[in-house]
Amino acid sequence: MRLSQAAGRRVVAGIPLLWLLLLFLIPFVIVFRISFAEVRLAIPPYTPLIDWRHGTPSLQLHWSAYSFLFTDSLYVSSYLYSLKVAAVSTLCCLLIGYPMAYAIAHAAPAWRPILLMLIVLPFWTSFLLRVYAWIGLLKNNGVINNVLLSFGIIHQPLALLQTDFAVYIGIVYSYLPFMILPLYTNLEKHDPALLEAAADLGARPLRAFVRVTLPQSLPGIIAGSLLVFIPAVGEYVIPTLLGRTDQLMIGRVLSDEFFENRDWPVASAVAILVLLLLVVPILLFQRMQRRELEAAR
Amino acid sequence: MSTEPEPVSAANPAQPAAGSDDGYVRLRGLTKRFGEFTAVDAVSLDIRRGEIFCLLGGSGSGKTTLLRMLAGFEVPSAGRIEIDGVDMSAIPPYERPVNMMFQSYALFPHMSVERNVAFGLEQEGLSRADIRRQVGEILDIVKMGAFTARKPHQLSGGQRQRVALARALVKRPKLLLLDEPLAALDKKLREHTQFELINIQQRLGVTFVVVTHDQEEAMTLGTRLGVMNQGRIVQVGSPSDIYESPANRFVADFIGSVNMFAGEVREEGPQGLRIACAELGIVRTDRAVRCGPGSTVWTAIRPEKISIARRAPPAAGENAVRGTVREIAYMGDLSIYLVQVQSGTLLRVTLPNITRGRERPIARGEVVWLSWHGSSPVVLTE
Repeated sequence: MRLSQAAGRRVVAGIPLLWLLLLFLIPFVIVFRISFAEVRLAIPPYTPLIDWRHGTPSLQLHWSAYSFLFTDSLYVSSYLYSLKVAAVSTLCCLLIGYPMAYAIAHAAPAWRPILLMLIVLPFWTSFLLRVYAWIGLLKNNGVINNVLLSFGIIHQPLALLQTDFAVYIGIVYSYLPFMILPLYTNLEKHDPALLEAAADLGARPLRAFVRVTLPQSLPGIIAGSLLVFIPAVGEYVIPTLLGRTDQLMIGRVLSDEFFENRDWPVASAVAILVLLLLVVPILLFQRMQRRELEAAR
Repeated sequence: MSTEPEPVSAANPAQPAAGSDDGYVRLRGLTKRFGEFTAVDAVSLDIRRGEIFCLLGGSGSGKTTLLRMLAGFEVPSAGRIEIDGVDMSAIPPYERPVNMMFQSYALFPHMSVERNVAFGLEQEGLSRADIRRQVGEILDIVKMGAFTARKPHQLSGGQRQRVALARALVKRPKLLLLDEPLAALDKKLREHTQFELINIQQRLGVTFVVVTHDQEEAMTLGTRLGVMNQGRIVQVGSPSDIYESPANRFVADFIGSVNMFAGEVREEGPQGLRIACAELGIVRTDRAVRCGPGSTVWTAIRPEKISIARRAPPAAGENAVRGTVREIAYMGDLSIYLVQVQSGTLLRVTLPNITRGRERPIARGEVVWLSWHGSSPVVLTE
């Protein structure tokens, strides 16, 4: 009985492990390896890792893909632009999502599941469809411009589409639930007696919020911010459909390298650098989750 | 909310002036309704400066709601609260000269002991040096001076209780509210903490209002008790007043255990009453109670005020009844006897175990005589 239980546990833990190994680690190793190759016109379109041409095997490691990334300013500016877009979007999500999560956590218990469902409701429609809908809203003869024009607030259409503003709207709109849900989970656990204690000790409501609620919700803020920031850095669909054409985000650069230029080594190097860029926040996120788990025990 | 003070009740003929020592905290017609439910029903009460006033009652008696109104967390539906002569109606919790020790302690989990205690002083804008000094002093008083850097989750229940007390006391409130202060502690620690709490209270001279459902806690802590039932205060008095002279059947039954039976008044005179009671026979009391011959009253006798013997007492015609011992519970310091009298009812009698190993202890199944002194029965008309 005990033996089969242990075996069962191993199977349960093993399945996701195998999944991650096959679908994440192995592809990663392949991408990592391609990033050290050179491009060539063949199938596959890159040089092999081990060269047998002279009868003896020789390891072929090329840094050219990486060094190339720093010779053309396109890559560095795309990286920085992606970080900026992700950071601004995360901040906007936090500023909008925190009051919403707070309101849901303080709503009557019967209302909370309904409000949470409304937050998740947009997921029932395709992500792509929802982003396309924003084009209809933002374009020159779109809904927003037409309404503003008909009320005489503006006299010629605003250029909303293909701006930073459109990208922020798209990302904040799409990722807001990922900010709200962890924040709600955190805020919902707060002991209301703590706010009463703060008031009792002379703290006005705003001060009590800053001194008691805000520091305690920090794990929720970090979790929500990372859940928005990490995917936003590599976001491809939203900037492609709504964003500027003169300044690309790194996800678009990566796909262009693969599919337009067919330069797999450079594309792989871009992917590896994005990963390195995100390793710090990802590790931070994992460490915090571990601490949360330990504190909950 | 700004209604005039209600007329003085008969039990409290001399109304203390606002802000006087006797009327330090004055409640007048204080009422709280939640929808249809009246949690606190027209409570008028005076709390004296420097006393420990215990509000004692079962769950749903309104004692916690009353406390929360004093703190300012609940707005009264009617009536008023005055503390040291100042009407509290329009004053929010963060401006009241009142601090509270929460039942859950409500310590800020992300702050150290020192920061928790300093929190209240920081809201007053004191200098850092002043805050440090006052926090140090109060932590020494509650014997937590060695734990200033700890976080609440690193403390034991008793230590947390001390920090909560220090945090509530450090602002030197005019009134300290304690919500079930000892409920979370185990029995041994509770007893020890009780005396320490009294000690600290006397040292600092702060007026305490304690809410508890534990009568033992209320008796040892309180200089005076207010017994609450269904939103009303049914009796106010010293612990011995409440125990020895309960005002009605609810109080007699709620505080301690009691043998209480209905009876008919046979004779009424200045020397006392003679009551005929199916369970106790003829009960003669040596205290006069105005009730009128023939009326129905309740006779209450505490278990420790009944003596138990094998032989009949000299005047077996009254204040004595014969019965059979059905159960004996040995508690160490005392024993509880359940004696079945002729009517079939069980009477509860407790005897202290004064000697070690009595020669011939009263055994289960023995026929015994129960008797009591004329001062023991309490006659209740309501």
